[in-house]
Amino acid sequence: MNSLFFRMTDICKSYWMGDEWSPVLKNIDLTIQEGEFLSVLGPSGSGKSTLMNIIGCLDTPTSGEYILHGRRVDDLDADELSQIRNKEIGFIFQSFQLLPRQDALSNVELPLIYAGMPQHKRRERAAEMLERVGLADKMYHRPNQLSGGQQQRVAIARALATNPTILLADEPTGALDQKTGRQVMELFHELHDEGRTIIMITHDRAIAQNASRMVRILDGEISEGVADDA
Amino acid sequence: MLKESFRMSISNILSNKMRSFLTILGIIIGVMAIIALITVMESATGEVTAQFESLGTGKLTIQASGTPLKRGLSEKDLNDIAALENVEGYSPTLSKTLHVVHQGHVVEDVTIKGYSHDYFRRESDSIARGRPILPADSENRSRVCLIDSDLAAAAFSGVDPIGQEILINGMRFSIVGLLADPEVDDVFSQMQMMGENGSLIIPHATYMRVFGVKGVTSLEVYAKDPDNMSTLTEELETLLDAAFNYKDDSYSIINMESLLSVMDTMMDLMTNLLVGIASIALLVGGIGIMNMMLVSVTERTSEIGLRKALGARPRSIQVQFLMESVILSLLGGAIGVALGEVVSVILSDVMSIAFVFSPGAVALGVSFSLAVGVIFGWAPARKASNLNPIDALRSM
Ligand SMILES: Nc1ncnc2c1ncn2[C@@H]1O[C@H](COP(=O)(O)OP(=O)(O)OP(=O)(O)O)[C@@H](O)[C@H]1O
Ligand SMILES: [Mg+2]
Repeated sequence: MNSLFFRMTDICKSYWMGDEWSPVLKNIDLTIQEGEFLSVLGPSGSGKSTLMNIIGCLDTPTSGEYILHGRRVDDLDADELSQIRNKEIGFIFQSFQLLPRQDALSNVELPLIYAGMPQHKRRERAAEMLERVGLADKMYHRPNQLSGGQQQRVAIARALATNPTILLADEPTGALDQKTGRQVMELFHELHDEGRTIIMITHDRAIAQNASRMVRILDGEISEGVADDA
Repeated sequence: MLKESFRMSISNILSNKMRSFLTILGIIIGVMAIIALITVMESATGEVTAQFESLGTGKLTIQASGTPLKRGLSEKDLNDIAALENVEGYSPTLSKTLHVVHQGHVVEDVTIKGYSHDYFRRESDSIARGRPILPADSENRSRVCLIDSDLAAAAFSGVDPIGQEILINGMRFSIVGLLADPEVDDVFSQMQMMGENGSLIIPHATYMRVFGVKGVTSLEVYAKDPDNMSTLTEELETLLDAAFNYKDDSYSIINMESLLSVMDTMMDLMTNLLVGIASIALLVGGIGIMNMMLVSVTERTSEIGLRKALGARPRSIQVQFLMESVILSLLGGAIGVALGEVVSVILSDVMSIAFVFSPGAVALGVSFSLAVGVIFGWAPARKASNLNPIDALRSM
């Protein structure tokens, strides 16, 4: 259970803002072991989502080395990256990112399509995932027929569908009230107990404390451990 | 995966029915035009070819206006022509409209034709009953005639006309045969002078004597060997040049087969030209599809980003968008083919030609629309597949 999941060394991300480079991530060093539950705490605009996109192979760093499961992500081609995003990583986006015209079941099915699973198995699996997040009775609802918390849970079900090794959650409780937030955290604990690696991004200290390990990010710089304010 | 792309494409097309329809309108019109044009042209060509062929192959037509001193072909010229090596026979095609009298009953407006026995030897099925004109009739300038059913109806209501007599130009002719009704009422027989009350045929020699015709201006010459028309033409040219003193434009020789091939070439050219013009509609339709696909890619940028984030390979995205444009254009093509056939049937009916279904036209319409879908869908699909997932996601 204690093998290395990924290692980031000296990762930088900057955006060219017309006349100068604007750094968003500065010399990030971060190592995660398999099975860890890490929270990344930081104020808005500090670079949390940017970091998560790089971890999830959605974005590429400007410089630095990122090794995931022993492979340099830089060296992977578009198809291999797709494969990793599909099989290894479960994304829970900050703004849910559900397809508005499709019902909950179809939304959860989406990553399974790209995993090449046949339709009947897909439906079964998607239904199972929705049951797990407590939405068995809302399978045929479209996102606009669901509450924010329900949409968040559809997004979680979708992230779990391909049974990924790591769950990347960007503000999973941002849109939820305390009670639903707590339910989501309970689910995360369950998933962690099952041995899944979880990285959860939040700007809420109380939520962050659910994790077994916490890093802080401030103006693109990362620091280990708990600080006084967030 | 392909099945998935297909389902997704269909649902996308259906979720935007009006826009999809307007997009494929160009394809529909283009394919419809191509189908209708090719089908109608082919039907018309088939019709005209059949009519040309029904006029007979292995036959030349001489139009001899002659010279001021010598109008048409004399009887001596006809004999010389008959003596040519490659000539099997000939028949003048003389005709005029006149009244005839039967038992004091005048039938106005009847076409009198003067043909030879050779004509009947070739066109043996032109006789319904009785006998044809025989060589002896030509030789003796017999006063015999064959009448058609219109004249039979006009002059002999109910009575069998064979064996009866009829007055032509005040002279007594005996009716020896009944002409068959032409199988198809083709344009050529319609073109020929037709009296309102039908027609009759008498031996050409008799015709020439009775009406005082000295020169034949229109003559059919039948070849011994239908595959060797050019030798016959040469022989005739030598003979006619001498007969008309080498005067330009004194005669012309018309070969139905060469006419037919010229006409075929012209019809082909015309078809290609029209199809070329119709293809412009397809091109415009293709641009319409490309435009809609580009709009669709832009609208669905975040969806594409999400799909990529969830593991869609660039290729899957490309296939999905390409599939969508191909389905759209094939749908347009199918509707176009259906409408094109309907238009063809209507046009054939209006032009009173027989509708002939053209599988080639359908194949062309379908493959054109398929090609349009692939060609004009390629760039948008490529664009979609190359979108960076993170840029695409942020646009939400
Ligand atoms: N494509 C881009 N071009 C320029 N600047 C960008 C781009 N993407 C992100 N940034 C900048 O990077 C910084 C960090 O953005 P990021 O989304 O990572 O913040 P965050 O920590 O997730 O904030 P929040 O808690 O509000 O979600 C912001 O200042 C943002 O303006
Ligand atoms: Mg963020």
